Amino acid sequence: MKTDLEQICRDIRCDIVTSIGHLGVGHIGGCLSVVELLAVLYFEEMNIDPKDPAKAGRDRFVCSKGHAGPAVYAALANRGYFDKKELLTLNQGGTHLPSHCDARLTPGIDMTTGSLGQGFSCAVGAALASKLEGDGAVIYTLIGDGESQEGQIWEAAMFASAKKLDNLIAFTDFNKLQLDGPVEEINDISPLDEKWAAFGWNVIEVEDGNDCEQVSAAVKHARTGIGSGKPTMVILNTKKGCGIKWIEDLGSGNHNVNVNEEQARAAVLEIRGEA
Amino acid sequence: MEMRAYYAECLGKLMEEDRHVCLLDADLGKASGTLGLRKTFPDRIFDCGIAEQNMASIAAGLSSYGFKPWIESFAPFATRRICDQIAISVAYAEQNVKIVGTDPGIAAELNGGTHMSIEDIGVIRSIPGVVIVEPADSVQLRAAMPVINEYRGCVYVRLFRKELPDIFPEDYRFDLFKADVLREGKDLSVFVTGFLTKDALDAAEELAGEGIDCEIINIHTIKPIDAETVKRSAKKTGAVLTVENHNVIGGLRSAVLEALAEERIPVFGVGVQDRFGEVGKLPYLREALGLNRENIIKQAKLAVSSR
Repeated sequence: MKTDLEQICRDIRCDIVTSIGHLGVGHIGGCLSVVELLAVLYFEEMNIDPKDPAKAGRDRFVCSKGHAGPAVYAALANRGYFDKKELLTLNQGGTHLPSHCDARLTPGIDMTTGSLGQGFSCAVGAALASKLEGDGAVIYTLIGDGESQEGQIWEAAMFASAKKLDNLIAFTDFNKLQLDGPVEEINDISPLDEKWAAFGWNVIEVEDGNDCEQVSAAVKHARTGIGSGKPTMVILNTKKGCGIKWIEDLGSGNHNVNVNEEQARAAVLEIRGEA
Repeated sequence: MEMRAYYAECLGKLMEEDRHVCLLDADLGKASGTLGLRKTFPDRIFDCGIAEQNMASIAAGLSSYGFKPWIESFAPFATRRICDQIAISVAYAEQNVKIVGTDPGIAAELNGGTHMSIEDIGVIRSIPGVVIVEPADSVQLRAAMPVINEYRGCVYVRLFRKELPDIFPEDYRFDLFKADVLREGKDLSVFVTGFLTKDALDAAEELAGEGIDCEIINIHTIKPIDAETVKRSAKKTGAVLTVENHNVIGGLRSAVLEALAEERIPVFGVGVQDRFGEVGKLPYLREALGLNRENIIKQAKLAVSSR
C-alpha cells in the first residue's frame, strides 16, 4: 500500500502543477503541502463512492483552507470523480473547478469554503448532523496554520469539544508559512498542540506530514478517538511547496505563484524522478 | 401574547412536524422566547454560546446534511456581525438556513444604540439570494413561519419581540412574494413594513378626514420586493411614502426607489435619517427618530403636495 500511496501522491502533485501551469498562476504552495493527507483520505480511509458523490452516510472532507482546491480536485480526479482532462479548466471562466472549493460546482466537494475559518465551523455542523442522523460517518476537515489565526476556528473548537463530536477528525497543515511571511513572525499560533489539548481535543502530532506512512498511521490512530467523546486534531508538520524544489525554495513567496507550462513540464519530470 | 411567544409556538410546531427542523442560538434563548422548547427538543436545539459566526456556519453544515436550521439572535448580531458567514457559508453555498433577528431598529429600546440595527436590511439586502421578511403582527407571523420553513434558501426574519396589535384577519393567507394591500386609495401610496404598519393605517384614517386618500400596502417581504404591486400603486396615485423602522438608506425606501427607478414619482421616507439609534423607551425613540403617526401624516402631506 505504501508504494501505491507514494505513486498516487506523485500523480496528484503532477496534476496540481500541470493544472496551475496551464492557467499560469495559482495557490501552489499550500496545495503541494497537503498531498499526502489527500491521498490517505481519498484512497485509504474515507467511505466514499466516486460514482455516487452524494451517497447518504458517506464520510465527508471539508477543505476549510479552501485555496487548496486545486489539490483536492487533483485527488478527486485521480480517484475517479471526474475526467482528469477537466483539471485543465481550473479557474477558467465557466469551470467546475474554481480556485476555492465550491460544493455547488464540483462532484465530490462536500462544502463550499474560501472565507477562512468558516469551513471548519461547517464541518462541525456536519459532524453534529451526522450524530443526529446516527449514520456513523466520519467528518474530516483540514485547516491552515495561518487560518488558525481566525477567531472562528476557536469558537468552533470550543463547540466541537463541548458537544463531544468525536466523529470529527481535523488536520492542521502546519507548514509554518503564510502569505506575508512565517506564521511565527506574523502572529504566532504556538504552542499549537497545547492549544488544541486545552480546548478539549485529542491531539496527534505528525513529525513529517509529507510522509505517507506517517500520515496513514496518524489517521488510523485518529480514528481510534471515535467513541472517546472528544474530537481529534492531527497536526501535520509539512513543507509548503513540497515536491518541487524551486517552489519550496520560494518560502513564504510560494503562496500564490506564477507557473508557466514549461516550468510545469519540468516540475512533472522532477516529481517523477526523471529530471 | 408577545410576538416571540407566537414565534416560539410556531417553531415548536414546525419541529414537531419535521425532524429536520432545528434551532441554534447564541445565548439568547430566553430573550427570543424559545428557551421552553429546549425541554421538548433537547437534541435539536443548540445553544452555541456567544459565538454568532460559528453559529451561522454550523447551521450551514447542518443544512449540507439536509437539516433545516433556524438561527436566532438580536438583529444586529444576527446580521451585521455575521455578514460574511451569511454571505459565504449560507447564501453563496446555497444552504437552507433561516435567520431570526429580534428587536430590530428602535425595538432594542433599553439596550440602546449598540444593539439598535438600523442597517440590517441594507446589509442583508445586498447579499444575493437572501429573502427578507418583516412581520407586522402575530397573525402575519404565524401565517409566514410555515411558508418560510418550506422555502428552500436563506430567509432573514426581522422579528419585533413584544406584543403588537392585530392588523390582519384570522383567515389571512400569506404569500411570501406578494405584498398586502390593506387599504385602497388614490392620492398616495404608503409602503410600510413591520410594527409601523398600524401607525400607517391610523395615519390614513386621519388623513382621510382631511381629504387625502391613502393606499396602504404592507411590504412584508422587502427582498425580493413585490415590484409589480409597488409600481401599479405608485403609478395610480403618483406619490409615494415609505415607512420603516430602519435607516432610510439601504432599507425599504431604497428597495421601493429601485423598483420605481424608471418612474417620475416622488418618494418620501419615514425612517431613521442616517443616524445611529440611542437608548430609551419606545415612545421616546419613536418621537426622537420620527417613527410615529404624526410624522407619517406630516410626510404624507409633503409627498402629496409635491406631486
